[in-house]
Amino acid sequence: MDCTDIRNRLHAYLDQELDPRSATEVDRHVASCAGCNAALARQSALRSALRSHATYHDAPAGLARRIRARLGAKAERKPWFRWHQWLPMGAAVAATALLSWTAAIQYVSVSEDEATGERVIAGHARSVVTGHVADVASSDQHSVKPWLSSRLDYSPPVTDLTGAGFPLVGGRLDYLDQRPVAVLVYRHREHMINLFVWPLQEGARTQAVHSLAKRGYNVLHWNDGGMAFWAVSDLNAAEMRDFAGAYAAAK
Amino acid sequence: MALIRSFARVSPGGETAGRQSGTRGPREALSLDDQTRVRRFESFFVPHLDAAYNFARWLTRDERNAEDVVQEACLRAFKFIDSFRGDDGRAWLLGIVRNTYYTWLKRNKVATLAVPFDEESFDEGEMEASTNTHADPVDQLLQEKDAKRLVNGALERLPEEFREAIVLRELEGLSYKEIAAIAGIPLGTVMSRLARARKLLLQYLRQAQES
Repeated sequence: MDCTDIRNRLHAYLDQELDPRSATEVDRHVASCAGCNAALARQSALRSALRSHATYHDAPAGLARRIRARLGAKAERKPWFRWHQWLPMGAAVAATALLSWTAAIQYVSVSEDEATGERVIAGHARSVVTGHVADVASSDQHSVKPWLSSRLDYSPPVTDLTGAGFPLVGGRLDYLDQRPVAVLVYRHREHMINLFVWPLQEGARTQAVHSLAKRGYNVLHWNDGGMAFWAVSDLNAAEMRDFAGAYAAAK
Repeated sequence: MALIRSFARVSPGGETAGRQSGTRGPREALSLDDQTRVRRFESFFVPHLDAAYNFARWLTRDERNAEDVVQEACLRAFKFIDSFRGDDGRAWLLGIVRNTYYTWLKRNKVATLAVPFDEESFDEGEMEASTNTHADPVDQLLQEKDAKRLVNGALERLPEEFREAIVLRELEGLSYKEIAAIAGIPLGTVMSRLARARKLLLQYLRQAQES
C-alpha cells in the first residue's frame, strides 16, 4: 500500500464511503505516515470550515405558501364535471377504494417496528411542515426535563450534546401508539433531529440497534435502560450513528 | 387496530384508499385526485423545501433565481407526482431542482465559467505536495473573523459541477450514491468531482488569504 493509493482513497475515507477493510488499511497507513496524515488533517479542517461557515440557505418565509397557491391554481384548472356524470365515476372510485382497502389489509404483515418507524417519521415530518419544532424551546437540559416530566408519567433522560455537535433545541409532546410521548429536539448544522423516548413495556424484548431509511429520512432505534429510543432526521445514516453514539456516551 | 396500523404504513395507495372510503360528498370527490396529489406533495416534498432552496440557491448564486427554480421544480414534481413511488422525497425533489436549473440556465443563456478539467488525469498526490510548502490555509482561516465570507466566496467560485457535488455532500450530508442519483453521474465521477472541488476550494481559500 503506497501513498498514492492512500491519497486516492482519502476522500472516500473521509466521507465514510470505504468498505471496512479498506478503511482499516487507510487508518493503519495514516497512523504511520506523516505526509498522508497531514493530507487527511487538511481535508478534515476544510470539511469543518465548510460545515461551520458555509451558509445554509433556508427557504424564505412564504415560499411554501406561494407554491401551494400555484398548485391550487393548477389543480382548479381541471375540467369540471356535471354532477350527474359523476355517479358512475363515483361508483368506480368507491370500488377502487374498496379494492385498495382490502389490499391494505394484506399489508398488516409489516413488522411492528417498521410501523412504529413510520409513525415516528410522520411525527417528525408533521413538526417540520407545521413549523412546530418544540413546545419548550431551550438548550438547557434542566428546564426541558422537568417540563416533559411534569406532563408525562415517566421522565426521559435529557442531555445537551452541544459538545458533540448536536445542540439541544428543546422538547415537545407527541402522541404515538395511544400514549403521549416525549420528543427531544436536537440540531446538527441546519438539520433537526427528533428523538422520541418512551418506556418499554414490561417484558418487551431488548433488541439490537436497528435503522430504517424512508423518503429521505433516516430512523435509528435502540432500547436502553428500560426506554425505547427512536431518532429520526434527514441526516445521513453515518451522522445518525454519530448522534446515537454521542447520546449514549453522555448519559 | 390492525387496520389502523396498516394505514400508518406509507403506502400511497393504501393511504388514499382509507380517505376515499370516508364520507365525502360528490362535489368534493370530483377534485379528489388533485386533493390527493396536493396531500401527497405536502407530505413528501414540503419537508424538503429548505434542502431544495439551499441547493437552488447555491446553483444559481442568487435569491430570486433560486426561488424561481424551486417554484418551477415544485410544479414539475407535482405534475409527475403519480410516478413518485414514495421512497426518497428529498433525493427526488433535489434531482428535479437540478434538472430545472439546467433548463433555466439554457433558457436564460447565463454565461457560466467553464473551467477545463480532465477528471481522469487529476492527481491528488501532486496537490498535497504543492500545498505542503504553505502554512495550513484552513487552520488559519478558522481563526479569522470573516471566515464565513471567505468560505462562501470560495464555494461560489467553484464551477457548478463541483459546486453541486460539494453542496450535496457537505451541506446536505448526502451519500455518494444519493449524489450520483441526483446528478445522474456514476459513483466514480462523484468521488473525482468531490476531490477536485476540495482541491479548488483549498486553492481559492489560499488565494483569498494571500490577497
